[in-house]
Amino acid sequence: MTARRGWRTMGAIVLAIAGMGARTPSARYPSPIEVAVSPDGGRVYILCEGTGEVAVWDTRAGAIVKRVAVGRVPKGMSLAADGRRIWVANSWSDNVSEIDTGSLAVVRTLPAGEEPNAALADRAGRFLYVANRIGNDISVVDLGTGQEVKRLAAGRGASYLALSPDGARVYCTHIYPRMGRPRSQPESEITVIDTARQVVMERKTLANAAGVFHVALSADGRLGLAAQLRPKNLIPLAHVEHGWVFGNSLSVFGADVGEPVQIPLDELDRYYTPPFGVAIARDKSAAYVSTTGSDSVTVIDVAGLLRTIAAASPEERRMMANDLSASANYVAARIPVGHGPKGLALSPDGTRLYVANRTGDDVSVIDTASRKVTATIGLGGPGELTFERRGERLFFSARFAFQGHFGCANCHLEATFDGLEWDLEPDGFGKDIVDNRLLEDVADTAPFKWNGGNPNLETECGPRTEKYFYRAQSYSPEELFDLVAFIKSIPLRPNRHRLPNGELTAAQERGKAIFERTRKKDGTPIPQANQCAVCHSGPHYTNQKLADVGTGKPADRSPKFDTPQLTNVVLTAPYLHDGSARTLEEIWTVFNPRDQHGVTNDLQKDELNDLIEYLKTL
Amino acid sequence: MKKMVLLAVLAGAALAAPPGMPRFRWENFTTADGLPDNHVFNVCVDGDRVWAATENGLGLYQDGKWRVFTPKDGLAHRAVLYVAPDPRTGDVWIATMGGLSRYSAGRFDTFTQLNSGLANDVVYGVSVQGDFVWAATAAGGSRLNTRTGEWTLFNERNTPMYEIWTYAVDAKPGKVYYAVWGGGVLEYDVNSDRWKDYNDPDGETEIVLYKDQGLVHEITTSVSYAERDGILWVATYFGASRYDGRNWHNFLEKDSGLPSNFLNQVKAVDGKRAWFSTDKGLAYYDGENWAVYRPALDTHKPEMLVRDRAGAVTRVGVDTAPAHHYVLGVDFQGEDIWVATAKGLSHGIRVREEGSR
Repeated sequence: MTARRGWRTMGAIVLAIAGMGARTPSARYPSPIEVAVSPDGGRVYILCEGTGEVAVWDTRAGAIVKRVAVGRVPKGMSLAADGRRIWVANSWSDNVSEIDTGSLAVVRTLPAGEEPNAALADRAGRFLYVANRIGNDISVVDLGTGQEVKRLAAGRGASYLALSPDGARVYCTHIYPRMGRPRSQPESEITVIDTARQVVMERKTLANAAGVFHVALSADGRLGLAAQLRPKNLIPLAHVEHGWVFGNSLSVFGADVGEPVQIPLDELDRYYTPPFGVAIARDKSAAYVSTTGSDSVTVIDVAGLLRTIAAASPEERRMMANDLSASANYVAARIPVGHGPKGLALSPDGTRLYVANRTGDDVSVIDTASRKVTATIGLGGPGELTFERRGERLFFSARFAFQGHFGCANCHLEATFDGLEWDLEPDGFGKDIVDNRLLEDVADTAPFKWNGGNPNLETECGPRTEKYFYRAQSYSPEELFDLVAFIKSIPLRPNRHRLPNGELTAAQERGKAIFERTRKKDGTPIPQANQCAVCHSGPHYTNQKLADVGTGKPADRSPKFDTPQLTNVVLTAPYLHDGSARTLEEIWTVFNPRDQHGVTNDLQKDELNDLIEYLKTL
Repeated sequence: MKKMVLLAVLAGAALAAPPGMPRFRWENFTTADGLPDNHVFNVCVDGDRVWAATENGLGLYQDGKWRVFTPKDGLAHRAVLYVAPDPRTGDVWIATMGGLSRYSAGRFDTFTQLNSGLANDVVYGVSVQGDFVWAATAAGGSRLNTRTGEWTLFNERNTPMYEIWTYAVDAKPGKVYYAVWGGGVLEYDVNSDRWKDYNDPDGETEIVLYKDQGLVHEITTSVSYAERDGILWVATYFGASRYDGRNWHNFLEKDSGLPSNFLNQVKAVDGKRAWFSTDKGLAYYDGENWAVYRPALDTHKPEMLVRDRAGAVTRVGVDTAPAHHYVLGVDFQGEDIWVATAKGLSHGIRVREEGSR
């Protein structure tokens, strides 16, 4: 580091500390996440997650003509077939805003489940389907009465919805994989709903997929595309140069291809990750996929894709996602766009593609003929980027890893987690397997890593990332500072298990008493080191020390692990350092035979249930 | 001796048989037809799907074909004891000897005493009540709130359940009933959130000392609540009971048309009518008259007996019968009936005759 750069860094740190000392509310950036275009092409509706609004862009006036306030942290948006209604899924409000596009006002707030991420009506406008990300289900809301009539079991992390062109089916994809056996290949599913009966009629299993984002259907209904990650988490993360960390791919399904097939978006020496938004041209000439970390949109030649799939043998189809040379047969272009592209939508005539650049706070307008960005719609927001915002861009970027392979957000999906266990260290196959932990509320929980090896986030995110993960250029000191500032600012989601008045239910109260007890049921004192509330103490429910709770495996280098914080622990299954406990219950029913991880073996089953109900409130 | 009495009654009352008791043409399924096992513990009709809970897997009959599910497919255990559909979602809940499974569009999700809040892996019965799934287990009742994932257990510590071996559950919108094997019947009132127990007033004796003064016996095997009429039907190993909220009426082999006091299941049609699965045949009660369907106990030939309100018994000529006289459960498919027996699954196809009802 040069002296000048060092002073600049020091100055930045001083400024940051001064500015962040009081943890002032962070600036509100629009953070556009989804776009939709009116049937006449005259309006572009832009859902802004950061400011909680739908910005309405008039294509003729070339201006934002209205900003419609919706709920907290809106994540998903859809437009009615006739264009008269917009439904916005408010992920932190657990409801859906219904907007009248005539008056451009919210006319109704509809119920949803836990953390709704997408909302979509059937063609007749009778029922609204809402994908609930942490509820792992789909709410069915009667649009006539405005009441939720039932919830359908989805996969884990139900997040994105698409309606078949004939209106007969709703397709749901999932940001997290199914809860499988430990150390098994991940798999996800596309949940297919029969809109006539409002029931799940099919579950398309997506082998080796975890982190599945948008799904789209062609206008003729014969082709479906789902954007997805293929994590290679069963092998040591030491082979970035061989591409053995992530595959970025599409699941291709429908009558055009017969049995579903997965195809790569990557090239042999370049990765485009993570694939998020999908749109298919009405004439099926092209498909478009946004890749958030690569700041680009990939253009697929659909005819070339179908030819490639048709020419493949069954074995070649099965392995196609791993053949990175295949993409040369159908990738027609990579179009650079703004920062962090997410949702995208085509104009009705197919001439323009609108791309929401979440961390860029703008929308790229692509001319689909020239495949170039011809305009950018700015959404305003703070004039300057805060440290946290710069860090957020870095967090979602894949440009630091070798060949642009992946970024922080590939494992910490949308700044959360991925529900997977990873073999991170280059210490041999199957050693030191670690569960991916939630990033919310980590700021004051040092040390980091399950073995507590990193004393602060700067070490965790800097040298460790550079040395073990990216195998390439890592962050400058300024960038590292920004990145850590962002991670520390990641907000804690509302806890759905607490009563609105802050009180505990009877079961939660009983569970709290068990959590805080100092004696067994027979009156025997419980040693301090074995009391729940001693190790899981403080505002984050961690004493920030290492402990041996009897869960170490022969392949672990040490039986001692960092005591994890418990805030929102209910979200983060699987559990224990290596993800071997698939549920909270298994922590004690399976992995605590000698009462080393708290004293639980004197508890009746209903008492253990009470303890778990309390843990869900933390 | 009983046989002689029956024959005497048959001979004396052949002409007095009431018309109109339902008649069926029976089609029987065994492993030869694709049924997973001939020991069928229960049967569940779910629209055009029929689920067979067998000792060695779950059978699904649809479009004239059998499909078999086993633990290899994700089912909790091969021994399936009960199946309950959720008509709102189209999912099916499956009680097994190794946990509770949910089948949803090809995917099994399994809840056990280790991976969830389920009280015990031996699940005898399950019933769906809106967003709640109620299970009857060998260690009490369990209720899953499918929206929140919360499990609530019901046992001797929070209900008047002195015996925790729950054998069946029937959850209706207003009330939930548990058959507690050796502990009578438990009632949960949804509105008041209160439990109440019903027991045999003369204790566990196998002799009914106080006829119609209470539940016929503590060893209950099945409950069926006709909520519209407010009538509870109970099956025990020593007779059946009907309760209207004030009065009990007990049915015994000696003074009703039940072919046996040993009952595996009762299933209400309404407050007046019910079907009884016994070890000596399938019985139907229409409020006055009784009918029994079975292969004859001695000759094994198809048999249908009708007993009128006066006690006169008529033998009705039939060509077919359920697969076996040991009947474990029934379910309805329109006017048809499906019957789980110890030696196969039977489909009773309603035969319409003049005067029948």
